[in-house]
Amino acid sequence: MSFVVVDNIFQHYGRRPILERVSITAQEGEFVSIVGASGCGKSTFLRLLLDQERPTRGQITVDGQPLTGEPNRSRGIVFQRYSVFPHMTVRDNLVAAEALGANLFGILPSPKRRAARERAMASLDRIGLAHVAHQYPASLSGGMQQRLAIAQALAGKPRILLLDEPFGALDPGTREKMHAFLMDLRAETKMTVFMVTHDLPEAFKLGDRVLAFDKVRWDPHDPEAFGATITYDFDARDGGIPYQRIKEETHVLDATDETPPLASSG
Amino acid sequence: MVPFVLVLLAYAMGSEARRAVNPADKLLPAPAQIVETAARLVAEPDRRSGIILFWQDTASSLRRLALGVGIGAGLGLLFGLAIGLLPLVRTSFSGFVAVLSMVPPLAILPILFIVFGLGEVSKVALIAIGITPFLIRDLSARTSELPFEQLVKAQTLGASSLAIALRVALPQIMPRLIQAVRLSLGPAWLFLIAAEAIASQDGLGYRIFLVRRYLAMDVILTYVIWITVIAFALDWLLARLSRRLYPWAEVRA
Ligand SMILES: Nc1ncnc2c1ncn2[C@@H]1O[C@H](COP(=O)(O)OP(=O)(O)OP(=O)(O)O)[C@@H](O)[C@H]1O
Ligand SMILES: [Mg+2]
Repeated sequence: MSFVVVDNIFQHYGRRPILERVSITAQEGEFVSIVGASGCGKSTFLRLLLDQERPTRGQITVDGQPLTGEPNRSRGIVFQRYSVFPHMTVRDNLVAAEALGANLFGILPSPKRRAARERAMASLDRIGLAHVAHQYPASLSGGMQQRLAIAQALAGKPRILLLDEPFGALDPGTREKMHAFLMDLRAETKMTVFMVTHDLPEAFKLGDRVLAFDKVRWDPHDPEAFGATITYDFDARDGGIPYQRIKEETHVLDATDETPPLASSG
Repeated sequence: MVPFVLVLLAYAMGSEARRAVNPADKLLPAPAQIVETAARLVAEPDRRSGIILFWQDTASSLRRLALGVGIGAGLGLLFGLAIGLLPLVRTSFSGFVAVLSMVPPLAILPILFIVFGLGEVSKVALIAIGITPFLIRDLSARTSELPFEQLVKAQTLGASSLAIALRVALPQIMPRLIQAVRLSLGPAWLFLIAAEAIASQDGLGYRIFLVRRYLAMDVILTYVIWITVIAFALDWLLARLSRRLYPWAEVRA
């Protein structure tokens, strides 16, 4: 059975439709990229997946359970900005991932805190931030802050990771490094990821699937009359070029057969 | 430094000129006389009671100020957080606080005297009432400015509402609280001195208004300078405290 099932959801703000008739299913461990024009409701869709809001109509189930209307530990999120706590050191940001939900006060008792600090240092070591463990996030570069934000979200051991333009504010070089970082983490944890991005190559490079959100109905006199829905669901495994791969293989076959490539395409 | 020297010079010249006309002039006592009076005030005990009134006045006033500002800060923090974080509290209280902050505190001083008597309570209450609405408004605004991303993030890490208030909002509001308290110290002194002037047995404001009857400018000026020094020191201490306790707040600024 599918892990995430989005069943024909609609989302309106007031009378304004944002999303309509959105249905998808995703398997556990899938990486789903989401693209679409600005303002078409991608972040809204993530908020629904996060359970921060309930859809106006329709239902989302995760592992067979309908969502409850309150974000919880089963989902982690990283935003473009403001995802880490500025008043905690880099290390304490990771400790907080365990402490905040530990009890009503969000404070770990001291023996557990020591263990959590050690775990935090170990993961900082792994993500290359150990040397700034005692600095505050504001003194970190954008890439380092996002690395911390992702590590923090993962420290909560979520089953689904939601990323809203996580690399949108980074320069291309840093972005490449973050891609490698994210792919490594993912290979390790095998978690389900939904990532919104405005960068198509990034969407295809990282995703197993790329969903495009767009409006299918359009009223020129009232652009806000209709909401957006999923208009394409591309298979993006192998870098999103499955057909090209098939063609190349055929081409190799063709070469050995010494027949013209055109004739073999049928 | 230059402006201070200029003011001193201007005062010395004015004082000189007046005393040249009338050696018994009381309005602008000579700087040397002020220093002499100040030395007497801080060192010589009162003949009747045997205590040094200057220090007793200082202690009384500072106690009132600390209590009033402390209570105001506590209430400001509590209501500021609640209004900033909880939409339900915001819709029901923020309008009320906005109207409340329009009430001129000095106008209700007589009510305080009637209700609490002429003792310490009404003076402390005046300071607290005078600054609390401002603190609540400032802190609730700062709290609701916290990026919602942080609150959502905390929720996804399993934080309860209490944990969010205590571990995410409160620490980030503390430097703002110190800043707001620094701003409200000016009004707090105003309310303190007003209350002491009207009904008191001691205190810096009481003394100034008492010796006014004898035109004791040297005493008044000593007290005014002393109040200024205290106010400046408090402000400086709070700024230092904030930098010390919340270094991250500086990094971002
Ligand atoms: N809480 C809300 N109340 C009312 N309208 C909202 C709310 N949240 C979002 N909207 C509106 O919904 C529309 C979709 O917003 P959303 O943030 O989901 O777009 P997006 O696809 O993420 O855009 P971007 O690429 O710019 O991030 C926007 O027009 C926005 O104004
Ligand atoms: Mg968005």
